[in-house]
Amino acid sequence: MDFRLTDDQRALRAGMRELLAARFPRERLRSLVDGDPLDGAGAVRELWRALGDAGLFALRLPESDGGSGLGLPEAVLLFEETGRALLPGPLAATHLAAGLVPGAAEGHRLVTALDRPGPVAHLAQAAAVLLLDGATARVLTPGEGEGPKALGAAPLRSVDPATPLHRVPHLPPPLGGSSLEVTADAGRLYGEATLLTAAQQLGSARRTVETAVAHARRRFQFGRPVGAFQAVQHLCADMHVRAELARVSVYAASITADPAEIAGAKLLADSAAIRNARDCLQVYGGLGFTWEADVHLHLKRAWIHAGQWQSVAEGEEFLANRLLMSGPPETSSDVLAGGLDGGNVAL
Amino acid sequence: MDLYETPEEQEFRHRLRAWLRGKLPTLPPEPAATDWPGRRAYDCAWQRALHDAGYAGLHWPADAGGRGATPTQHLIFLEETERAGAPYVGANFVGLLHAGPTIAAEGTDGQRARWLPPILRGEEVWCQGFSEPEAGSDLAALRTRAVRDGDCYVVDGSKLWTSHAEVADWCELLVRTDPTAPRHRGLSWLALPMDAPGVTVRPLRTLAGSTEFAEVFLDAVRVPVTHRLGAENDGWRVTMVTLSFERGTAFVGEVVACRRTLARLARAARENGRWDDAVLRRRLGSLHAEFSALWRLTQWNVSEAEHAPSGGRGGVPGVAGSVFKLRYSQARQELYEAAAEVLGPDSLDGGHEWTAGRLSSLSYTIAAGTSQIQRNIVAERVLGLPRAR
Repeated sequence: MDFRLTDDQRALRAGMRELLAARFPRERLRSLVDGDPLDGAGAVRELWRALGDAGLFALRLPESDGGSGLGLPEAVLLFEETGRALLPGPLAATHLAAGLVPGAAEGHRLVTALDRPGPVAHLAQAAAVLLLDGATARVLTPGEGEGPKALGAAPLRSVDPATPLHRVPHLPPPLGGSSLEVTADAGRLYGEATLLTAAQQLGSARRTVETAVAHARRRFQFGRPVGAFQAVQHLCADMHVRAELARVSVYAASITADPAEIAGAKLLADSAAIRNARDCLQVYGGLGFTWEADVHLHLKRAWIHAGQWQSVAEGEEFLANRLLMSGPPETSSDVLAGGLDGGNVAL
Repeated sequence: MDLYETPEEQEFRHRLRAWLRGKLPTLPPEPAATDWPGRRAYDCAWQRALHDAGYAGLHWPADAGGRGATPTQHLIFLEETERAGAPYVGANFVGLLHAGPTIAAEGTDGQRARWLPPILRGEEVWCQGFSEPEAGSDLAALRTRAVRDGDCYVVDGSKLWTSHAEVADWCELLVRTDPTAPRHRGLSWLALPMDAPGVTVRPLRTLAGSTEFAEVFLDAVRVPVTHRLGAENDGWRVTMVTLSFERGTAFVGEVVACRRTLARLARAARENGRWDDAVLRRRLGSLHAEFSALWRLTQWNVSEAEHAPSGGRGGVPGVAGSVFKLRYSQARQELYEAAAEVLGPDSLDGGHEWTAGRLSSLSYTIAAGTSQIQRNIVAERVLGLPRAR
């Protein structure tokens, strides 16, 4: 057993962190948020091509199909980086659409996804919509900018300034209109979407710990850094513990792909992202309540991701029911899911 | 990143499982919780059985009489023995997890030969004399004095929260040998024979009604200088070796047990109708995620230790243990709060297993370093925040 990251995995992660630092620096996030985009549609296209070239979308496609032939653990590490940088866009949906929707793997086309009526992100920019509401995935290809019309969706004033939302009143009936059945297991895609979103939450949760700690070292009150006060230290320590439990859950779920582990990973990552952003805001004091500080962007994005795929209530109900499914506990391998049974779990 | 077991690890697991299957039915019935001599005999017989089967001191280095097992094998051992319902380490906790590893790391050849084999064979029981009435979280404030007199130290003072003191043969004792030195630099580690003249043990009753703790009074107790581990006044460093073991893998079996308890809670709630309460159901679901994560965190820490330059001999580092212990102690209390919800009015029955568990869980955020101390450790040593005063 070696749960640690391999050297290749570390290198892959470092590469994505560098790419995002170069291509999506803080100024670019701020310009987007402040409604004065440095980058028009052309710049977004260029960024997405760079992400495509770095393998963010094609990572798990076989090499014969132009992918990298890597697995969920690698995908999770890259998505953690995107969450850290607050990179906007329908990243998880486009990743899942690689191989299903032409152009998705290369980052040439943005694909969004939904599993039920309600808010959907980046609908107007998406060239295709992945529908995961049945046993088999469907793809709707209304053409760029036509998504809202095709789904009868009305724009919402999104709480997250970098994530435009539309509200979809109902999904198109099966086999209707321009929707197209694709031979992909919607259950598997739903699980993967849940896990990749959890990875983004994890990245945000770890980033807000670092941000809070850096601020607590820098900010002086009463003649010393506020981070020298135990009240502040203990907030930060609890943030770290939350992020660590989310981290091992997300990583383990990426190895086992077990539905209960994915559910637990999303639950803990949602909670870590939201609560860490809240605590970071508290450590920032009055500054944390301003538009200028990035803390609110982490919190708002965390709220958006928490509502995507498995909600907290759904995750808890699912996991509660899994406790019952496990047969007599003394003999069950399910209670002790994942390696405890002596069964091997590997990539 | 993998969670793959090597063929050697799988074989180790299967051999252990087969041995447990054969051995456990032959054990005598467990003695009553309050029968300390009976419990000592039971725990020591189990240790003897482990020894004879080649499982004693699994994680100890081979040159200390241990099996030199990898951290992963140790993890498998703790997991399988818990799963099979094997006895806990019990009265041998301090010997196997604190004093023994410390002696293995810091003792002379003579000290290792004297003290380690009887621990491994289940013949001698150790207790721990660290905390004092005025030295709890601030351990370095301890006042028990040891004054050199010829070949002996003369020890005066008192120790608190000493588990198994009533039935122990030895006590790993931390004493002040130089009152003029800075606090951390005037301490020494001594092995105290519990039958020495001047040692008085007064059992303390816990809020759960049990008497597993005691206060130990030391009145002019003579301890040979040869019983000192490490150099005089180097006791703080020697002791820290021990404490990192305590926070490392000490709770592995308990996490496995908690996951089983959680599944039983769900079943009990389903049977008594409490399952219809969505708030309770969701709490159980949330705990499911928490305990799975704690298990994965343990595996992560063990992986880190196994592949550290020390090859795992140092065990799990203390700081990683602090992160684990902070969350685990809280989750354990939440588990038994949920149990009380499942039981409803029956939770007032002090004889119920889960009510006993609820009471004993209260010590978890205090013992082995309070949650507040653990947060200080995480804040200062992991996050690099300035030292608080």
